[in-house]
Amino acid sequence: MISFNLLVVIALAYVAFLFLVAFAAERRAAQGRQAWLRSPLIYTLSLSIYCTAWTFYGAVGYAARSGLEYLTIYLGPTIVMVGWWWLLRKLVRIGRAQRITSIADLISSRFGKSTLLGVIVTLLAVVGTTPYIALQLQSVTLSVAVFAEGSGTRWGQADLARAALWVAAGLAVFTVIFGTRTLDANERHHGVVMAIAVEAVVKLCALLAVGIYVVWGLAGGIGATLERIDASTVALWTPAPGRWVGLILVSAAALITLPRMFQVMVVENDDERNLGTASWAFPLYLLAMSLFVVPIAVVGLDLMPEGSNPDLFVLTLPLAQGRQDVAVLAFLGGFSSATSMVIVATIALATMVSNHIVVPLWLSARQQGATMTGDVRYVVLVARRLSIAGILALGYVYYRLSGGSAALAAIGLIAFVGVAQVLPSLVAGLYWRGANRIGAAAGILTGLVIWLWTMFLPSFGEGAVIPAHVFAEGPFGLAWLRPHALFGIDGIDPLVHALYWSLLLNTLVLTIGSILTFPTPLERLQGAQFVNVFEHSADKAAWTRSDARAEDLLMMAQRIIGATEAQELFRSEAARQGKGGYLPDVTVDFIGRLERQLAGSVGAATAHAMVGQLTEGASVSVEDLIAVADEAAQIMEYSLKLEQKSAEQERTATALREANEKLTAISIQKDAFLSQISHELRTPMTSIRSFSEILRDGEVDPEARGRFATIIHDEANRLTRLLDDLLDLSVLEHGQVTLNRERGTLEAVLDRAEAAVGPAVKLVIRRRRSAEQVPLETDLDRLAQVFINIIANAAKYCRAEQPELRIVVNSRADRPVTVDFIDNGDGIEADSQKIIFEKFARLGDTRKAGGAGLGLAISRQVMEALGGAITYLPGQGGAAFRVVLPEAARLAAE
Amino acid sequence: MALRPRRSEFLERRSYRQRRMRDAGRILPVFALVFCLLPLIWPRQGGADGLTSTGLMYLFGLWIVLIVLAAALSRVLRDDETRTNGDADKDRLR
Repeated sequence: MISFNLLVVIALAYVAFLFLVAFAAERRAAQGRQAWLRSPLIYTLSLSIYCTAWTFYGAVGYAARSGLEYLTIYLGPTIVMVGWWWLLRKLVRIGRAQRITSIADLISSRFGKSTLLGVIVTLLAVVGTTPYIALQLQSVTLSVAVFAEGSGTRWGQADLARAALWVAAGLAVFTVIFGTRTLDANERHHGVVMAIAVEAVVKLCALLAVGIYVVWGLAGGIGATLERIDASTVALWTPAPGRWVGLILVSAAALITLPRMFQVMVVENDDERNLGTASWAFPLYLLAMSLFVVPIAVVGLDLMPEGSNPDLFVLTLPLAQGRQDVAVLAFLGGFSSATSMVIVATIALATMVSNHIVVPLWLSARQQGATMTGDVRYVVLVARRLSIAGILALGYVYYRLSGGSAALAAIGLIAFVGVAQVLPSLVAGLYWRGANRIGAAAGILTGLVIWLWTMFLPSFGEGAVIPAHVFAEGPFGLAWLRPHALFGIDGIDPLVHALYWSLLLNTLVLTIGSILTFPTPLERLQGAQFVNVFEHSADKAAWTRSDARAEDLLMMAQRIIGATEAQELFRSEAARQGKGGYLPDVTVDFIGRLERQLAGSVGAATAHAMVGQLTEGASVSVEDLIAVADEAAQIMEYSLKLEQKSAEQERTATALREANEKLTAISIQKDAFLSQISHELRTPMTSIRSFSEILRDGEVDPEARGRFATIIHDEANRLTRLLDDLLDLSVLEHGQVTLNRERGTLEAVLDRAEAAVGPAVKLVIRRRRSAEQVPLETDLDRLAQVFINIIANAAKYCRAEQPELRIVVNSRADRPVTVDFIDNGDGIEADSQKIIFEKFARLGDTRKAGGAGLGLAISRQVMEALGGAITYLPGQGGAAFRVVLPEAARLAAE
Repeated sequence: MALRPRRSEFLERRSYRQRRMRDAGRILPVFALVFCLLPLIWPRQGGADGLTSTGLMYLFGLWIVLIVLAAALSRVLRDDETRTNGDADKDRLR
């Protein structure tokens, strides 16, 4: 008999292996080598979290108790998968077009980005998933207990509970590490997906191994197995029609509405075409998983002693026959099924809880200006981590409360029926434009209440939550409200009873509510976009033209999706409008796109509310509605070509206008410069001339002569420097510069620049040296010259009490290296941002600066000569410059 | 000039076939469901008739047929989808 300790070691080693797999996948993804991670195979395997410990252990128990009925749980999903062209394809397309983060987000987004609906669906999902997580904990502890018993210790309730607690805590740690690892909250979880794909293979192999061993090792081949089946107690198969239809229906619904399935199928979907492969590969996986269930059940009933738990046959049967290797494999398979389900389910639920409950609460608590202060991303991440722990704790509590005694299949079905309450609203939302928020909310609430009353609360046992006399007589003596006999119809199977009543009344209320009430404009808009997603995936947002300033929007976006992504988004939008820099015009189009991008992180309702705070134009006018509704689609199509042309002209016009503005500003600047430069040249000239005249005339004491000579020397130096700068600029502008390529690190160049500016200035420079270890090959002297210019500028112009300059290096594999210099001063006015890189451009008081305003112009020419760029970076608080190093400058990382 | 009608006929046939394949994709789950419910109307005989093993073989056989059909369809529909964007414009112009 394998010792209990050895089993624990094996389990821990397996967990460590999963850590490695997840870590390696994250690394690959970070290096941009994702092709393999996005393959249809990985996608299909990740879908297999549908098969949890319930399948792995419970299916055999189910078959032993109710014959072939267990197959309904896998036939339902098969029907949905082979019908992917009809439903799933649309769902995935909408999920990608609207950047949906969870099933609660989908419902909320479809029905007018309603916060209320998001909350309802989130609560439903949490309540519905709790028993399911409890089921996984129960199955793992039971399987461990089997081995403990084998090595001589019989486990009591307390031991089981302790083991469950350890498993829950371990899963929480794994999920927090890989589920909320990156700050980019909307990024796909490559590590987790890879780990569950591996677990999918392990559980399939384990179950097949047990099955093959049972059929060929114990029963003696296929023919003999079939004979055994016919001879056993499950030989007679009379399906109960109500249960058979109901279970196929509810398991089909579960494939779509279970939060974890929605997560892997829609949210983590990288490529719509993977769905086509999964449409046959996933049913094949399900078939393989259920193939040996009946043989194992029948042989188990034959060989195992009377009264042994059929839920554990997969484990106890090989163990009883002395095949410990098969038993350990089976243990790992069950362990895999349980852990992968819990990990994905908690990630999905944590996303919902943070996006639909915590963040809205946090926003309303902070009221005004919540979008401008504080780090939303930090709040989101902390909320997710706490939610993960909280959800696992809930699962543990349910496990303790339900006594861990019920059959696995019964618990799983409770969860299925619970989450299926979302189905009517989801399907109606996808195919019926008339479905609205009030109908959906009322329908889901109705279904939720009936499910709680007839299925969830009774699951704790008679007398536990609902007193026994209520089961017999109904609450307050109202016999028609008895949990197992609603409306006085007695004697229906409890599952069928709960399933039909909840879904029927849910759908009825949804339909009636939608027909009788009137939707808001935003709901109608979203409805049209969901139902007709294939006609116009590129949609318009529901904003009237607003006064939101691009810089404010950028500041908010940075706090949600991170600085790099936000800047990239704004830059590309500006480029699309034909403008340079980071600040596009705030158009209806742009706000819509920005909102969808933010929705990928915090959900549609929250993103809408946050953008709404800034744009203040949250209302949708009837004209807007007409413009996007499909009544106008024909007109729009007709004018599409015209529009394209005029858009192009507009872009050209914008570019021309910008160029013109620049030229005007420059010509004014140039006039100013001519007087400036003559002044700059004349002042030193005058003093040189007068002092040299004094010296020539003699009769000066030696001390004064020395002083005068120094003045002449200094002024001559100043002239030389000015002329040097002018020459340098002219050489650079005409591209005659020769570059002196050297190797070095970014850190060394920054060190040089910092030293050159000198410690005399009271500017505090903050750097992160760990990020600066970027090897370069370029003209390091020239690069240092640029850095010196920027740092010296900050020292001169930063007006803060305690001037401070942050140097932020960003070197990601797939992008050019950028170096940002951000000070804490007043920044530069938007109007001035356009001309600061022009020659002789100086802002405000020029005396103090003491230069001719050539520094930034030279820097820009240098960066162009090196093949990089320097730009002004708005929205950082103070003045900020971004130096983009040329692609070729970076040496390969190896 | 002589080439044009022939070419367009070829395209017509092809897009016609595509549409029928999409129809097949939509109708397949309906048939799948009906065949899954079929065991409910089987005649029930008492006695030692091995209904479980028959049911087992019927349901797994059905399952395999569905998988094969879905695999064939997904191949056709996927090729179709990569072309759809171009075709949709043509359809609209027609």
